[in-house]
Amino acid sequence: MNNDRITRYLLILPAMVIVVGTTVWPLLSALTTSFRDWRLKRSPAPEKWVGFDNYVFAVEEPEFWNALKVTVTFVTLDVVLTILAALGLALLLRRAGALQSITKAVLILPFAMSPALIGVSFRFMFNGEFGVLSKGIGWLVPPLADVVWLATPGYAMAALVFSDVWHWFPYMTLMILGGLAAIPVETEEAALLDGATPLQTLLFVVIPQLKGVLAVATVLKTVFALKMFDQAVTLTGAGPGITTQTFAHYVYTVGFVHYDMGLASALAWVLTVVLVIVGFFYIRLVLPLPEKTA
Amino acid sequence: MSQSLSSSTPSPLWPAIIAAILLFALGVILFPIVWMVLAAFKLPRDVYTLSLFFTPTVENFGTVFEAPWNMGRRIVNSLIISITTVGIAIPASVMAAYAFSRFEFMFKRGLFFLILSTQFVPAVVIILPFYLMFRDLGLLDTRTGLIIVNLAIVTPFAVWMLKGFFDAVPLECDEAALIDGASRLDIIRLVIVPMAWPGIIVSSVFCFILAWNEFIFALILSRENAVTLQVGLVNFRTERGDLWELMAAAGVFIVIPAFVAAIAIQKHFVAGLTGGAVK
Repeated sequence: MNNDRITRYLLILPAMVIVVGTTVWPLLSALTTSFRDWRLKRSPAPEKWVGFDNYVFAVEEPEFWNALKVTVTFVTLDVVLTILAALGLALLLRRAGALQSITKAVLILPFAMSPALIGVSFRFMFNGEFGVLSKGIGWLVPPLADVVWLATPGYAMAALVFSDVWHWFPYMTLMILGGLAAIPVETEEAALLDGATPLQTLLFVVIPQLKGVLAVATVLKTVFALKMFDQAVTLTGAGPGITTQTFAHYVYTVGFVHYDMGLASALAWVLTVVLVIVGFFYIRLVLPLPEKTA
Repeated sequence: MSQSLSSSTPSPLWPAIIAAILLFALGVILFPIVWMVLAAFKLPRDVYTLSLFFTPTVENFGTVFEAPWNMGRRIVNSLIISITTVGIAIPASVMAAYAFSRFEFMFKRGLFFLILSTQFVPAVVIILPFYLMFRDLGLLDTRTGLIIVNLAIVTPFAVWMLKGFFDAVPLECDEAALIDGASRLDIIRLVIVPMAWPGIIVSSVFCFILAWNEFIFALILSRENAVTLQVGLVNFRTERGDLWELMAAAGVFIVIPAFVAAIAIQKHFVAGLTGGAVK
């Protein structure tokens, strides 16, 4: 029993080595690089320390503000549409039925599909000449018939959002269904007996009880939307121009197209700080739950 | 429960409306997958039409295995990288999750918090130092390099999921074994792993899907030898334009293992990202 004292530390050691070596070390390394001038095309080793120059330079670049604007637009649309679609579908899937069972069975598929491949598939479907989605939408809404989706700024963003909503809303539906299953039926029955309409019951009885799950789903989706990168490469290629260049893609371009490691590290740290703040809220939401439910 | 919402809704149209919306949702979910699979069986000339009627061909599935696409090698790379990543991450995470589940120790909450928060670190920040280090160590374009960085994505999820499964194993099982003189490692090996085996499988499969679908690390760290299936997709964009039918054929190879894995752990899939905190 006594050597348990040491055992507990030995047991977490391998996982800690992995986490420190693959995440904490790169974070700190990027932080020091962000204070140096290091352009790989000029020098294989880091050059002089420049203080906050990279950060100052970053906010003076119009591309920085563009990436920020694109990211905020993308995250807002993506999170709102994903959660609304998931909530709506989850509410419809509560009843038992054949159609409900089939739909529930396919909900995991989009999430298992790789984002890179999703980008490719949507690029295929939004192709200007023979894309089944651009043609289909043009047929349903004639004014949109001549739009070349991926070459038109607002529409390329819409395609990007659509592809990510498709990737995530079925998974979030499953998560919300889990929350719905935990709501006692009596609360709804009581409301209906008291003369509430189904809509009132939904808005004032069911949805308030889903607050916890909806909060977790929203924060989780926000984190993954902020990190979105793969479809920016395979669906829009950040274009047309840089109108769909998200922050993650901007960091990638500075680092691995322009090879400016100092600036890329500074930008990466800006993104990290934002994500860790959002992530902190997420952990706060999720971590106390097991103790409560146990 | 199923009646409660509809009891005061007299409209007989309601079930039909729900059915119509569900059919639409099914279509939205399945269509992109079906359309891609169909494209994989089309000749180039059929890819450029919207017709559902075409003469199917399996030619594309052969072409992607030829140079310069080398699908065979990419499948091998993707399999070796994902399986080795899981093979390293899961044993390490089993030990850590056991410690987090059973012991109190200094900074326990802080360390658990640290592990969880690493999943919020964006991949682009991790990749910058690793790119520079691998360049110096000659690990660029190697499977070893990709396995190392993939551990970063997989480990936090594995520790979190496994802790949830171990919490469900009663403490009495450990205590009985301790009285019999078993060491902690014996307990993990002989008591916890067998009892939580389904949970370990679920965690491994979930991590496999994450590693299998990984894109940004492989995009930056591989050139030719270590190119994975995901990054191979980008190569089908040529000067002749996008070779859609070949991308679709490659997509079928990407999707099959991921779908099989996801269906295998269907019931526990939601727990994957949230460590079972949301049931």
